[in-house]
Amino acid sequence: MFASARPIPVDELAALDPEASPAALQSALDELRLQYDTAGHGVELVEVGGGWQILTRAEYTEAIERAQLAARPHRLSGASLETLAIIAYRQPIGRAEIEEIRGVAVGSVLKSLLERGLIDVVGRAEGLGRPLLYGTTPIFLEQFALRHLEELPRADELAIALRTVSPESATAAPNA
Amino acid sequence: MDIDILIEPALPATLDFDAPVIDARRLEPPTDPAAPFVIELSQFSGPLDLLLSLIRDEQVDIYDIPIARIAEQFLARIHAMQLDQAADYLEMAARLLRIKAQMLLPRNELDDAWEDPRAELVRRLLEYQQMREVVDLLERLGEERRGRFARAYIPQQVAPPAAPLALSLSELLSAVDRVLRVAREPAIHDVVARPLDVDGAIATVRAVLELRATARWRDVCPPSAPPWQVLSALLALLELARRGELRLAQLGPFASVLISRESASQAA
Repeated sequence: MFASARPIPVDELAALDPEASPAALQSALDELRLQYDTAGHGVELVEVGGGWQILTRAEYTEAIERAQLAARPHRLSGASLETLAIIAYRQPIGRAEIEEIRGVAVGSVLKSLLERGLIDVVGRAEGLGRPLLYGTTPIFLEQFALRHLEELPRADELAIALRTVSPESATAAPNA
Repeated sequence: MDIDILIEPALPATLDFDAPVIDARRLEPPTDPAAPFVIELSQFSGPLDLLLSLIRDEQVDIYDIPIARIAEQFLARIHAMQLDQAADYLEMAARLLRIKAQMLLPRNELDDAWEDPRAELVRRLLEYQQMREVVDLLERLGEERRGRFARAYIPQQVAPPAAPLALSLSELLSAVDRVLRVAREPAIHDVVARPLDVDGAIATVRAVLELRATARWRDVCPPSAPPWQVLSALLALLELARRGELRLAQLGPFASVLISRESASQAA
């Protein structure tokens, strides 16, 4: 994990030692994490995007930046975050539906999200013109430190739950 | 919220699908002395955002929007922000006015079939508001993650370099063997090297130029010449041109080559 710049999926870790049971692997990971957490290490073991990754601790952000060893990635614009939020919850989703929810055109935003690897084309809808459908990628999970998509609050757990689901929004959901 | 808004460049009226709309509230505060000018600012990330902010400012019930008042303010705001050129905002303005008109139509209070013309707008606003909640969450998560670094910074989406080719001679030979067996009739030519006679060709060219000041390609190389002779003549011409004994010219693509005596060598 130290040698990898990306999170390593659990099954890849398991494949490294066929003898080890999943439980043994998990306890080894837990042990390592505990050791990092308690022995005053500058790094921590983080489960993210279905894998494990060693990251520097948040309290050292400034020190690392001051030393100019690494630069923080650029913050996403509000428009990008809005689009990303919609895709995360409604994937697979087409461009027209994103625009319907956001109320603005999202062509260039989609392009930049694609370039950053946060979303990907995951298929085509059945409808007219077979529009492209977008979904989030493992990089999305990684950049928001999510273990999996289910870690995002469910729609009905949000403070503003929709009172009723109108037939309009039911048809807006892709039926691919 | 009272930021001076400058939309630059002015948005073209209709087909501006790709114009990014930057949400001012998400921009860094202008503390960076190197970047004192913010060129493009829109306070809102879209017409729904603006509408929600109006509803919040007015403190009205989202399920019972005083549509006439809100529509009026919406128009005033987009005019003040010079957003009345932007298609997305114009569309929302038109929608509000249509709902306002529908609300004004007389209706029977007992009519159960009457559908609130605002219902669709309310649904969209709620949906949008819900999404904004997710945005706040993502922003927080992203901000936390941004400050923690993995071991190596690598540019995103860089394909790993191809592994060096590891191949033994016997593997290579067996691969060649497989390819040859698949090819039905491998055409194998014996290549015999033929010596070129450049010196002879140089003598020929010189002899021709002794007699005439200019010559053509055909004069130094007969049409039926075998390839080795053509190549010899060509190399001879290039060699003599390099030595400055003659000059080569071709007036157009595929035109015949003109060979002329170099005047300098004539003088010499």
